[in-house]
Amino acid sequence: MKRVKAGVVVFPGSNCDHDAFYALKHILGNDVDFLWHKEKLNAKYDLIILPGGFSYGDYLRTGAIAKFSPIMDNVVDFAEKGGTLMGICNGFQILTESGLLPGVLVRNESLRFVCKDTFLKIENPHSRFTDSIKASQTLKIPVAHGDGCYFASPDIVSALYENHQVIFRYCSPDGEIDEISNPNGSVTNIAGIINKKGNVLGMMPHPERCCDPVLGNSDGSLIFNSILRHL
Amino acid sequence: MYHIKVIIKRRDVILDPQGKAIEQGAKLLGFDNITHVRVDKLIEFNINSESPEKANEEANLLCNKLLANPIMEDFELSVTKI
Repeated sequence: MKRVKAGVVVFPGSNCDHDAFYALKHILGNDVDFLWHKEKLNAKYDLIILPGGFSYGDYLRTGAIAKFSPIMDNVVDFAEKGGTLMGICNGFQILTESGLLPGVLVRNESLRFVCKDTFLKIENPHSRFTDSIKASQTLKIPVAHGDGCYFASPDIVSALYENHQVIFRYCSPDGEIDEISNPNGSVTNIAGIINKKGNVLGMMPHPERCCDPVLGNSDGSLIFNSILRHL
Repeated sequence: MYHIKVIIKRRDVILDPQGKAIEQGAKLLGFDNITHVRVDKLIEFNINSESPEKANEEANLLCNKLLANPIMEDFELSVTKI
């Protein structure tokens, strides 16, 4: 597979930046740079990751302050020009706050921080993020968040399904969509969505935490390998 | 100089698990007559503007851009000369 150049944005409070760096560089063999949020993008990247964490301490609303970081102008421009952009957990929250993805992520219905493995059904197997994964396969990917309940108005949710923008949904290990498998109360078990153009993905589960086979689960690498095949 | 108070409210259609937890707590204390608990945010700041209208306009802009998320929240603000 081609070696690509990926950038992992680092905000004050990011804490999954090293996991994303490790997965993309040391497990999947790409060139990866950390991109400090106060700098401008000064090289050409094939893939940009907004990692998980607690940017700006989650103050005000998750992702609300990070969206004004200097690098975000370049990130929005990169996405508008069709670049592949992926927001994981806090990165997903930043993408919704920035308006790159619809909806919002609010406090988990249980009010608890949830840290556990979840199972994901691939709702759209034709996106650049999923098209090299078997459609019937259920992915086991961990979540770790307090504000991961995806909400959007019913008309926006219907539009997401009509446009095949819903990519992942929380499900049982057998692939059944049920309430008990929903870790945070997200509307219709939504775990990850893409924009209309299909180049921006936001997801609450952490694929970068399950890429190294030594950890006993490398389902996350299926998503990254799918992306890398397109770059 | 003007003092601004902004109350930010999550829209009713959006679940408020904190409000729900407080309501359950109130019921455990015997307040069976408590319903519709919602947790809102109050943000206060001072703004150096030439008139109350200008202060209101600038505070509105700040609310729309940063303090509230127009997708899920509404806000009310008050302006007081200090």
